[in-house]
Amino acid sequence: MIEKITLKKTPLYESHIALSAKMVDFGGWEMPVQYEGILAEYKYTREQATLFDISHMGEFIVEGDCVESGLDSLLTMSVSDMPIKSCRYGCMLNEDGGVIDDLIVFREDKDKWFLVVNSATTEKDKEHVKSRLSSKACFKDVSESTAKLDLQGPRSREILSSFVDDVSKLDYYTFDYFQLLGENVIISRTGYTGELGYEIYYPADKVKVLWNALLEDGKVKPAGLGARDVLRLEMGYSLYGHELGEDVSPLESGLSRFVDLNKNFIGKDVITRQKQEGLKRKIVGFVSSSRRSPRAEQKIYAEDKEIGVVTSGTFSPEMERGIGLGFVLTEHADRDNKILFGNENKREEAVVSSKLFYKRGSLKK
Amino acid sequence: MEVNDNFIYTKEHEWASIEDNIVTVGISDYAQESLGDITFVELPAKDDEIDQFGDLASVESVKAASDIFSPMSGKIVEVNNDLEVEPGLINKSPYENGWIAKIEISDPEEASNLMTADEYRKFLESEG
Repeated sequence: MIEKITLKKTPLYESHIALSAKMVDFGGWEMPVQYEGILAEYKYTREQATLFDISHMGEFIVEGDCVESGLDSLLTMSVSDMPIKSCRYGCMLNEDGGVIDDLIVFREDKDKWFLVVNSATTEKDKEHVKSRLSSKACFKDVSESTAKLDLQGPRSREILSSFVDDVSKLDYYTFDYFQLLGENVIISRTGYTGELGYEIYYPADKVKVLWNALLEDGKVKPAGLGARDVLRLEMGYSLYGHELGEDVSPLESGLSRFVDLNKNFIGKDVITRQKQEGLKRKIVGFVSSSRRSPRAEQKIYAEDKEIGVVTSGTFSPEMERGIGLGFVLTEHADRDNKILFGNENKREEAVVSSKLFYKRGSLKK
Repeated sequence: MEVNDNFIYTKEHEWASIEDNIVTVGISDYAQESLGDITFVELPAKDDEIDQFGDLASVESVKAASDIFSPMSGKIVEVNNDLEVEPGLINKSPYENGWIAKIEISDPEEASNLMTADEYRKFLESEG
């Protein structure tokens, strides 16, 4: 007998079905991969504004002094110097320097922290964080009660301003509390698309009202995880489970600027040693010589020699070619190196490139 | 989901339209809808000899790659080069402008291995 696994649903599941979304299993959640179509949703995000239901992601609140609570030692980035109402991206590592998760930390107050973690890793992260926090810390998992909507695109500021006073004051990677349809909520100027955008943390039991209100006049269209993946890949952003994992160090993934070696954190010894000895492999970007796209788990070759593996791939509307991210041996990681991707039977030529494939986004405008 | 009444179909959702000794081949509306936005088509070469239900072409959507199988055996006499610049023609017009290849039929009897439009409609229903 086949055991049927029940997928988790966000509070907007019914709304996605009503919009005829194509639903897929994403890390145990039944999520919309597309509504109108991936390319149309991609284009609308790059040119107008779209709305993503990202309620599957996890959110924790930690209260306590960042060092005494043990929080600081969990994180690769420094947080003690974060201004209040700012956000910072980084990783949590295991003892071997592998990435348990990548996350964004919000500093709500001197001793109050809001952590946003990946959906499939929420339970694991919770155990890890709780086990490492000292008795002086107070931990709360608010994932269930917190829905998250991402409004992304060059027109997002103008559109959100008609709902929220002063949202235009937010700088990149900062947040504040705003009155939005009668709820006092966190809105941050963050995202995963490379466009100007906002992430709204809203009470799960009321998020349907916000979803409908934002989509009502047709200026904003819904977008699914399919478009989100193309958008993030064109920016070279890492996705946990692809470019990041427990057997991958943040240096190998190119996240060294989010690792502060002037502070202590779990896994630092291994990271320091890697930095001294040099890396055997690292993530590079590459561009296909045609519209044929690389796919995760395909192999990467230099002539006949296997030198790595594709971690993510897609067709890029910006480049009008296939693009990918993948691990290659360090000696093959230089820009403009010729590589191939594929399998034993079929390979396509590609060139190692910057991971930033999309260079004209509205992200910091 | 549109099923063209004049064509015959495979279980892999290719269509075939036979005129004299030439069969034109493409994928059904159902197939293009399931694949989503098509971004790349690898066409066969002219003069290639193809077996019934053997590899004919491959198409890629944003998310995945899929093989296209030939509904009949024969020799490729023409391919739709428009698909190289505009693969989305398969999405826009699966039964007309999105055709993939024309094949000179080697065994007309093979058509009996394919489904009529009515049979294909029932097949789609049974597939859910």
